[in-house]
Amino acid sequence: MHQHTLTELSQLLQSKQLSSEEMTKTYLARAEKFNPLLNCYISLSPERALQQARAADKRIHQGNAGPLTGIPVTHKDIYCTDGLKTSCASKMLDNFIAPYNATVVEKLNDAGMVTLGKSNMDEFAMGSSNENSYYGAVLNPWDTARVPGGSSGGSACAIAARLTPVATGTDTGGSIRQPAALCGITGLKPTYGRVSRYGMIAYASSLDQGGPMAQTAEDAALLLNAMAGFDKRDSTCVELPVDDYTASLNNSIQGLKIGLPKQYFGDALDSNIGDLIHTAIKQLQQSGAIIHEIELPNTHLSIPAYYVVAPAECSSNLSRFDGVRFGYRCEDPKDLSDLYCRSRGEGFGKELKNRIMIGTYVLSAGYYDAYYLKAQKIRRLIRDDFQQAFKEVEVIIGPTSPTTAFKLGERTDDPVSMYLSDIYTVSVNLAGLPAISVPAGFVAGLPVGMQIIGNYFSESRLLNTAYQFQQKTDWHRTLPEGYN
Amino acid sequence: MSLEKTEIEKIAWLARLALDEDDIPGYARDLSNILGLVEQMNTIKTNDIEPLAHPMEIKARLRPDEVTETDQREKFQNIAPHVDNGHYLVPRVIE
Repeated sequence: MHQHTLTELSQLLQSKQLSSEEMTKTYLARAEKFNPLLNCYISLSPERALQQARAADKRIHQGNAGPLTGIPVTHKDIYCTDGLKTSCASKMLDNFIAPYNATVVEKLNDAGMVTLGKSNMDEFAMGSSNENSYYGAVLNPWDTARVPGGSSGGSACAIAARLTPVATGTDTGGSIRQPAALCGITGLKPTYGRVSRYGMIAYASSLDQGGPMAQTAEDAALLLNAMAGFDKRDSTCVELPVDDYTASLNNSIQGLKIGLPKQYFGDALDSNIGDLIHTAIKQLQQSGAIIHEIELPNTHLSIPAYYVVAPAECSSNLSRFDGVRFGYRCEDPKDLSDLYCRSRGEGFGKELKNRIMIGTYVLSAGYYDAYYLKAQKIRRLIRDDFQQAFKEVEVIIGPTSPTTAFKLGERTDDPVSMYLSDIYTVSVNLAGLPAISVPAGFVAGLPVGMQIIGNYFSESRLLNTAYQFQQKTDWHRTLPEGYN
Repeated sequence: MSLEKTEIEKIAWLARLALDEDDIPGYARDLSNILGLVEQMNTIKTNDIEPLAHPMEIKARLRPDEVTETDQREKFQNIAPHVDNGHYLVPRVIE
């Protein structure tokens, strides 16, 4: 059963060949069996899952079920789930039982989905390897000596090992796409504002965006259908109608103009990955797509600008964790300052402290213009580069990550080397664009992801392109060994 | 760019983060390296460029000034570290 896609599982439920309860029990048993090895879950919620599954079975029998009713889902532990622990993989929130649901969780509950549990991640979504978790690193199911990517590493790993059919993720600088690439699954970062951020614990508010993670583009489309939409509780959520993202999957890509940015195929890229991406592009050409060379000349400035903007927003957002209203509080504070400083010092991990301090520094008096304002100006240049490119082409394609999954511990001592693994993903967040990563082959047994970037609100076209690619390839159906 | 121990201590205080004395050299090294990366921004002139704070350049949405939230004090204070009689408790501020 676990090899099925969401779409196939949905058909089994609708035709009553299988109940949601049976399906849920199977996935829970798989999660319980393999989680001790992979560490991709922070918590499982079997009681709630079985309750939701029985309710879903009822709905199916009453004939008012949708395509997601009864399907198990895993939420990244950054989404608030009423009554369940929501830790953000931090000691700071190790004791935090969310008092309300994130809008995304609410919407998927309403669609009848079954919450299996909460997936592991980098602490407060800051990291590219899932090694910055209070609950320990997640392992890559393709090679357990390697990282799954991050920060949505638990969600990506759980899908790759088929412990869950689909999962939610969040992407601030590549946190859906990079782990999707490193684990061999499909992950979509929607346009900024397409999915509500309400109840999604904030890291960098002008960059954060939730999105679906799945085996296939078709599954991602089904999940996005339910996740997307206006929410008055998120002031930056966009008030635009939601497409049916499955409606255009079958459209032809004949004549689709694809841009290949020269800057995405430079020296930083593992040449074996470059070869695979070129092979994938040839396959799209055979389906009728037309290839143009394009320029995104300020790409090299995206990581420097990101590491000003994101830490600045993070230092502000994370000031709410003060040991007073919720979360971790230090023992025996001697005064109010001591309460703040020690609760935060003891509650946050090392990479968080790095980013909070960088953010504090670049926003402090005398440095604002040199860092924060400069980064905002570069942000405009990066956005304008994309807009220039989209005058010529409809989508932009390149690798998702410059390397395949790296070894655990390889980059933990050097934050800058870790940051460079997001070289092809962060500019998309700075510009607020949608992008999807799809499996495009293997280098030495490790998955490679191809990134497809589109203009604002072009999720349908991205999913259509990805779906057409997946009709011609079977990389997305290839499973790591040992998880039967 | 290289940050000294005293600068790290000052930033940590501004951010209200207590650091272990032994960890300060490590933070000084990491933060200096990150600022080194960030300074690559200076390879380009940006004098005439308008800063972009937000990708969609949206304006804040307004709503009628009406009460929409219900009182959930008990639920929210259930997860607080230290409360008494509806108040959040902190160490004494005024003697």
